[in-house]
Amino acid sequence: MDEAIRRIEAVWRIESPKLIGALARLVRDVGLAEELAQEALVTALEKWPETGVPDNPGAWLMTTAKNRALDDLRRNQMLRGKHKQLGRELEEEQEASGAALAARLERELDDDVGDDVLRLIFTACHPVLARDARVALTLRLLGGLTTAEIARAFLTPEPTIAQRIVRAKKTLAEAKVPFEVPRGAERAERLASVLEVIYLVFNEGYAATAGDDWMRPELVEDALRLGRVLAGLATEEPEAHGLVALMEIQASRLHARTSPSGEPILLLDQDRSRWDQLLIRRGLAALEKAEALGGARGPYALQAALAACHARARAAAETDWARIVGLYGALNEVTPSPIVELNRAVALSMLFGPEAGLKIVDAVAGEAALASYHLLPSIRGDFLFKLGRLEAARAEFERAAAMAGNARERALLEKRAGECLRGGSPGT
Amino acid sequence: MRYMMIVKGSKLSESGVLPTEQELAAMGKYNDELQKAGVLLDMSGLKPTSKAVKVQFANGKRTVIDGPFAEAKEVIAGYWVIQVKSREEAIEWAKRIPAEAQREFSEVELRPFYELEDFAPGAAVEAAKELGKKLPANAGGKR
Repeated sequence: MDEAIRRIEAVWRIESPKLIGALARLVRDVGLAEELAQEALVTALEKWPETGVPDNPGAWLMTTAKNRALDDLRRNQMLRGKHKQLGRELEEEQEASGAALAARLERELDDDVGDDVLRLIFTACHPVLARDARVALTLRLLGGLTTAEIARAFLTPEPTIAQRIVRAKKTLAEAKVPFEVPRGAERAERLASVLEVIYLVFNEGYAATAGDDWMRPELVEDALRLGRVLAGLATEEPEAHGLVALMEIQASRLHARTSPSGEPILLLDQDRSRWDQLLIRRGLAALEKAEALGGARGPYALQAALAACHARARAAAETDWARIVGLYGALNEVTPSPIVELNRAVALSMLFGPEAGLKIVDAVAGEAALASYHLLPSIRGDFLFKLGRLEAARAEFERAAAMAGNARERALLEKRAGECLRGGSPGT
Repeated sequence: MRYMMIVKGSKLSESGVLPTEQELAAMGKYNDELQKAGVLLDMSGLKPTSKAVKVQFANGKRTVIDGPFAEAKEVIAGYWVIQVKSREEAIEWAKRIPAEAQREFSEVELRPFYELEDFAPGAAVEAAKELGKKLPANAGGKR
């Protein structure tokens, strides 16, 4: 029994995006499509444990959902507009022989599924929805996650997530968001929203902003899967491949990012033999694809290229810092940010020493965006320390310690401030 | 979780006869489906054991043995690496391998990879939970 239910869950995970996508194309309403699909799932949960899972579970679910839609329409007599047309289509089908219908449904499921799933992605990530709503709806409709699973992943009460999803579906219906893949000028903006949602999910798994677990590999996998689905469907979009490249390469380091006692290990200190070479290879291939499509200067492709610099270096000492400096420069042109500049300063200091880094840090130090960013004084302190200006370094480390939100980081910064007092040896 | 779907060989795969156009098309469609579902990580086909060689270790001695090897069923003819949510999902994907390919296969074995959780000792997990905060995002520590 339990095994049968686990099997049905697996079928659901595989079939639900295609099913909901195809239904949404028919009923022109994502919320209704999802409800119809859910009802078909409930029917499957009742029947399949006894009858066994049918040979083509996707077509079975689709037929069941369509019949359900027709029943609803008849009962409610909502025969107007799009519903009217749908009702007619479905009735005509019912008149056709069962076998012919099954064949048509199967064809339909096969045919346009890619486009339907892509439409579903763009709809779930529509900018009319708040960011939280986009994330929840995407995981639910495309990731096949239950409300409970999403709630667990984001450490949010289940009713909150459920409500968020209900509201999101309502918002989409009220805004009359068309079920389509955007074209022309709108497309770039809409794609950016999709990429943002997927990368948010990834980062929540890779460096959790809330909760006790520092990493949640399941979310990393969900995001990777979504990214791969997107790149597989929107094959001509360089940034889709850029995002996949970035996530694959970052995820390749999952196993190397914590010490046996569970402390985070900085990239340059990681045991590179523990990096997942399969994911690195996939990431580099995806990056090549992004670049071949003319997307080398996309923000995700640039970040992927940065990650690739580290992935290609077999040892930290072999890192191509010159290329990293150039890439941060390019990234700062595409998406100007003082934080990118700070990163460039650190990379530059690896090439030309702390003085060069300090110059850039001082140039951006006045930026409002960095006012409460503890890494600014922390990095500045490190440069000053290496230059032997211990008193100034100590002040910076103390300032950084006071700003740091994390106890472990604070302790580390206080320790470094203490080393300045004792005149510790530079470069440690 | 990651699974390797290991294709066990058959007399046909061992004979070195390449798949027909129709079989290739069916497999191509299946591979495409795996890829579009975002689960396919890697795949390859392996040449028959007539091209293979074994190095056996026994009592400190190494013996080199040329193929072919008997027992086609014990021979690996190819593999997929897939990323799935559950054992059942891996089974579901394996069941969808098209009928056209089954001539070539005697069976498909599903083997899970070791994952992060398999390595993390209890103390490390606890410590990670206490930590609950991300890395500082300087360039040296770029994620």
